[in-house]
Amino acid sequence: MEDRFSHSFTIRGKHFIDAGKVSTEIKRLLKELGVRADIVRRVAIATYEAEMNVVMYAKDATVTLELTPRDIRIVIDDRGPGIADIELAMQEGFSTATSEMRELGFGAGLGLPNIKKNSDDFKIGSTVGAGTKLEITVFIN
Amino acid sequence: MVLSDVQDLLSCEVVTGGEYLNRPVTYGCASDLMSDVLAFSGPGALLLTGLVNVQTIQTAHIAELNAIVLVRGKKPDRNVIEAAREKEIPLLATPYSMYEACGILYRAGIPSTMVCPQSQASPRVHR
Repeated sequence: MEDRFSHSFTIRGKHFIDAGKVSTEIKRLLKELGVRADIVRRVAIATYEAEMNVVMYAKDATVTLELTPRDIRIVIDDRGPGIADIELAMQEGFSTATSEMRELGFGAGLGLPNIKKNSDDFKIGSTVGAGTKLEITVFIN
Repeated sequence: MVLSDVQDLLSCEVVTGGEYLNRPVTYGCASDLMSDVLAFSGPGALLLTGLVNVQTIQTAHIAELNAIVLVRGKKPDRNVIEAAREKEIPLLATPYSMYEACGILYRAGIPSTMVCPQSQASPRVHR
């Protein structure tokens, strides 16, 4: 049986004051578990962008972190408005952000492309009116 | 170059993190857009920004930046200072504008960490 570490977290939507806490915690855990610094940084950046998306758009989300000797897998499953056109949402510069979100330095339409860029494997699924699920995988070797 | 040299060059006030002024500064980036910083900065970079909120600090922490210089004399509130202290990120404030501050550091030999795919350029310094 292989070594496997797994942990779940909750992100609350519209809670801007806590935005970034889950990704900070995941970053700390991965460092503690001895994951290489450049890999920790990629996972942290992808998770932080996803966390900002949840805070900005969704009601809440469950985040699951899974670490095996081969890879790190982060699943962000939110209850929220969903994304009608995923292909459009993946385009750099496309955004539905409000001015409040932009004032935080986000909402420029770079979040999802940034997440993909930092992932070795990236899956996105969404149902309008129900929520969006992201699966981010980063290989360790 | 270390952070205290940046402090001198940009006439900075040290808002918090005075104990980290010996941190090396080898390259920098400048943006008010945190997604840009997350996408294009390298670890250990210096960030110049006019965006002053807790997300600025979070971004610096996640992207492992060495320090933040706030431009145009912007003053952070208590929450921002507290977050910077907690994350051990030195926070400096310069009276210069973003453009001027970047120019001064670039001329002093600090190249850019941001390599834009469009430019195909590697970090370089013009004197």
